[in-house]
Amino acid sequence: MSAAVDAPPRRAAWRVPRKALPQLAALLAILLLDRAVSPQFFHVGLSGGRLFGSLIDVLNHGAPVAMLSLGMVLVIATGGIDLSVGAVMAISGALAASLADSHPLPVTLGAALAVGLVCGVWNGLLVAWLRIQPIVATLILMVAGRGVAQLITEGRIRTFSSHGLAWFGGGSVLGVPAAVVVTAAATVLTLALVRGTALGLMVEATGGNARASRLAGIDTRAMTVAVYAWSGLCAAVAGILAAADILGADANNAGLYLELDAILAVVIGGTSLLGGRFSIGLAVVGALIIQAMNTGILLSGLPAEFNLVVKALVVLAVLLAQSPRLKALGLRRPGARATGATP
Amino acid sequence: MSATPDPVPLLEIRGLGKSFGSIRVLHEVDLLLRAGEIHALLGENGAGKSTLIKCVTGVHGRDAGTVRLGGRDIAPRTTEEALAAGLATVYQEVNLLPNLSVAQNLYLGRQPTRFGIVQGAAMRRRGAELLRGFGLDIDLSRPLGSYSVAVQHVCAIARAVDAQARVLILDEPTASLDSHEVEVLLGVMRQLAGRGLAILFVTHFLDQVYAVCDRITVLRNGRLVGERACAALPRMELVRMMLGRDLEETVSGRAVAEGATRERIGRFRGLGRRGAVAPFDLDLHRGEVVGLAGLLGSGRTETVRLVFGADKPDAGRAEIDDRPVRLHSPRDGLRHRLGYCPEERKTEGIVAELTVRENIVLALQARRGLLRPIPRREQDEIARRFIRLLDIRPADPERPIGLLSGGNQQKALLARWLATEPRILILDEPTRGIDVGAHAEIIRLIRELCADGLALLVVSSELDEIVTYADRVVVLRDRVQVASLEGEAISVSSILHAIAEGDGAASADAGAAA
Amino acid sequence: MNSRLPVIVTTIVFLLGFAGCGLHFPHFASTRVVGNLLTDNAYLGVMAVGMTFVIISGGIDLSVGAVLGFTTVFLAIAIGRLGIPPLLAFVLVLLLAGAFGAAMGALIQFLEMPPFIVTLAGMFLARGASFLLSTQSIPVGAPLYDTLNAFALHLPGGGRLTFITLLMLAVFAGGIVLLHFTRFGSYVYALGGSRASTALMGIPVARTTIRIYALSGLLAGLSGIVFSLYTSSGYSLSGVGNELDAIAAVVIGGTLLSGGVGTLFGTFVGVLIEGLIQTYITFDGTLSSWWAKIVTGALLFAFIAFQRLMSGGGFRRSRAGAAAA
Repeated sequence: MSAAVDAPPRRAAWRVPRKALPQLAALLAILLLDRAVSPQFFHVGLSGGRLFGSLIDVLNHGAPVAMLSLGMVLVIATGGIDLSVGAVMAISGALAASLADSHPLPVTLGAALAVGLVCGVWNGLLVAWLRIQPIVATLILMVAGRGVAQLITEGRIRTFSSHGLAWFGGGSVLGVPAAVVVTAAATVLTLALVRGTALGLMVEATGGNARASRLAGIDTRAMTVAVYAWSGLCAAVAGILAAADILGADANNAGLYLELDAILAVVIGGTSLLGGRFSIGLAVVGALIIQAMNTGILLSGLPAEFNLVVKALVVLAVLLAQSPRLKALGLRRPGARATGATP
Repeated sequence: MSATPDPVPLLEIRGLGKSFGSIRVLHEVDLLLRAGEIHALLGENGAGKSTLIKCVTGVHGRDAGTVRLGGRDIAPRTTEEALAAGLATVYQEVNLLPNLSVAQNLYLGRQPTRFGIVQGAAMRRRGAELLRGFGLDIDLSRPLGSYSVAVQHVCAIARAVDAQARVLILDEPTASLDSHEVEVLLGVMRQLAGRGLAILFVTHFLDQVYAVCDRITVLRNGRLVGERACAALPRMELVRMMLGRDLEETVSGRAVAEGATRERIGRFRGLGRRGAVAPFDLDLHRGEVVGLAGLLGSGRTETVRLVFGADKPDAGRAEIDDRPVRLHSPRDGLRHRLGYCPEERKTEGIVAELTVRENIVLALQARRGLLRPIPRREQDEIARRFIRLLDIRPADPERPIGLLSGGNQQKALLARWLATEPRILILDEPTRGIDVGAHAEIIRLIRELCADGLALLVVSSELDEIVTYADRVVVLRDRVQVASLEGEAISVSSILHAIAEGDGAASADAGAAA
Repeated sequence: MNSRLPVIVTTIVFLLGFAGCGLHFPHFASTRVVGNLLTDNAYLGVMAVGMTFVIISGGIDLSVGAVLGFTTVFLAIAIGRLGIPPLLAFVLVLLLAGAFGAAMGALIQFLEMPPFIVTLAGMFLARGASFLLSTQSIPVGAPLYDTLNAFALHLPGGGRLTFITLLMLAVFAGGIVLLHFTRFGSYVYALGGSRASTALMGIPVARTTIRIYALSGLLAGLSGIVFSLYTSSGYSLSGVGNELDAIAAVVIGGTLLSGGVGTLFGTFVGVLIEGLIQTYITFDGTLSSWWAKIVTGALLFAFIAFQRLMSGGGFRRSRAGAAAA
């Protein structure tokens, strides 16, 4: 994952590199703070062919939210939002756990991914074709999805013993935990998909000015369906990772409130909730910032519950930074300046 | 003209000036409004009508000038204060709440209450009485949105008048009404003027002006052109005042390719959309510039949107290269190699956040589709080529387009469509809001494009410009095509004539008169 | 006319559902079942009243479930550990919850940020604060609780209207008066119709917005009191996800999530439908609780799609108007 974080998006070379500074500085500051409360924080060791240490924990535990943020960042860039990702995680995790012991691994994974894709397409259709506000459209699945997940697990914590699926939780590649590898791969794949096709440009155009984009001939509907579908798919992967991590599916708690963390990660990553320019890499950094905070609080001996209060303050800070009202006061709004520049 | 002229004006605006940033939008405008008169405020887009109204009613502050109401200086800071002073405004987009009942809309904020409970029955009774005064007998408990726009306008006026307004400002209230509804509204206006209200009527329908108004004030480019009594102002003269300049006889600068075989690209028959524009016919040929003239609101933009496919027509058919095609979405237009630079650059044209390069390649990318991205090198090439070709400044393809001036944004939009190599290019007010230098360049470009074999359809209010580049001028009036001028028949005065007097039959005369 | 249709449909759905349950289970159609249904959902009803105001005004409040949780913990600690008289504790927590809501309303108004994200921060804050107070489930033992819980109006047929049921009904009655019969209520609808128009009509938009969220916070606090009475305990995890139940009840009750249209009576029926689903599952015995979520989601979809189709005509008309302008 670190590779994906360090390297800016391949086709983002034209972007002002300064843009990434606040997020990277924040991540660094939090890591240093973590180091201050826990002297061993930066210590990375190798045990049984697998890296361990607090830093690895941050990456490992940050993986599901980072995964979710990959889809969420595209949805938010179009001016939408996907509240259902937590529930989709629960569904895919439940399905994977239920099939793992009776079916071959490809079938298990395929089914779990397919169900996420279906959920995403469903959301996309509601938003693009029925023109339901995104927050409302995805609320439906947020409510019903967890019920569906419980239906699959029959309300129990569904455990499994399949080594194949368990690898995603306990396995490693060259010492790097599997979840981190999968998330890094997904990040690269998302970057390739978004910047390797015209999707990125079209998403940014639509989020920036939907009317102008439509008049320029962009198929905004197909694009909307595509980003929600991708979000569903990413949520499904996150669900698999979460299930593999605990060797079971807990339909009640898997992914609970993670949609909010994912939204927060995207917003910390500098993507406006109003849509437009987005950065996949920085959304992942946002997810790591959140996880580094969590881990730090845990290490510091403060009650884990303190987390939520800190998160609330972070949201508030981001709100202040993004508020249109404050921006209007402190310039730096391209539109506002353009008005002034028009002769 | 029916009311006895009151020597002392009720509302007296003197020397009103207003700038936004460095742009001056109003220059020392005067306006006198007498009690009992209906006074038209006319002018094309950008004349400053809306700004004037907003400065008077407290939406904007003003930089210079005085506003006196009944002899006292007023300077409302909010619409509320303006209302309290006796100045009420009703906008084209009814600023009431369609989801609330008619009665609530009439009295919101002033509902009669007893012990905090709204006296609904009393409110409806009073409201019914009020509306009957306007000839409306409707159920006041139903939501306002269930009634026609005309009824909603009358309700907005009733709300304003019941709040003791002495001056009523109507900002294009008739724009979305059918003819019967317009009659109802004009009747209400006459009645209110008869009660001694002063009414300022902003519209672009000249028939309505002549039907109800006593006096007319014309603005152009933020300056007062003049105030006239309606009866003493011929229609032709009025249009001249609105479209302005001295309008020396500019003669068509283009030789007519008489008899030359003109290759027809687009053929549109009976294309129309209810409430937007009446069915019209239009032919577009290779290497030809067709100008579309008419006053604001005459259906020019609506016409070109139908041609491009931005709006779905509900009548008629379109043919490209003599083959019937479906133009129901911008994507259809793009597929058949049409291009459209809309008038509203900021809201419908540019994506302000994105760079000049990204804005330029947007339509081309949309045509190629999601899966065939334009390689970065090719993007750079395209952007650089058009920046050089159109002289877009600053010549930095990586600058967010929102930071460019209006003229350069316009050129970048032009580049967006030229990059798709269109066969028909539609330009809606391509020279609006841009400086003189860019103005001339855009016109030069139009001529060059045309020489390259493009079919151009250009909407413009600048008649002298149209005359210099158009091979054919189609004139619209009140959403109907009233004239089509060709060759030597094209002149500023013939176009003016068609706008002012034209109907379908008069077009030949209009041509002859020129 | 068409704004009443959803409520009528909702009511018919409830009545049919209730009749169906009555036919299916012999003892279902009794005042006892109805009384229990009301008692079990009293806290949800109180919360949904506040949510109805917020949603009709065009907003949303995600913090209510967390405020409920905070309230139960606060009461348990204040009454059980600190020995504050229950009534005083009630007043304190209501003031706190109301002020909390007002603060969120002020942020929404003055920062011009989406209510969704502001109340999300509120949710984190309230939930975090209750975790900080205690993560244990704390029983509340106070004479007043026993007195209030013992109080009930007896109905013929063995049903009981408990204190918290009566409180919920009173909140609905008060809410109906406030929403449908006062100027404030009409401002709530006005905001949901169009904030810009409302401001142009001279209505105090900022004050109204702050009051709406203050009311929602206050009622979330009250629902916390109800929940505290209902369970006689305080637990920082109580109310998790209840904001969704409240939103669902409001939408099923015919209120447009985009604002401007809706009734409190509809919300009441919406709460009853959610309660009915739960009761059916309890009666059935073999069905599992997750069906409640699935059915609620399906109902949500049905009502949202229904509303979308109904308002489709109006939407198209307004777009045509905009194009002509």
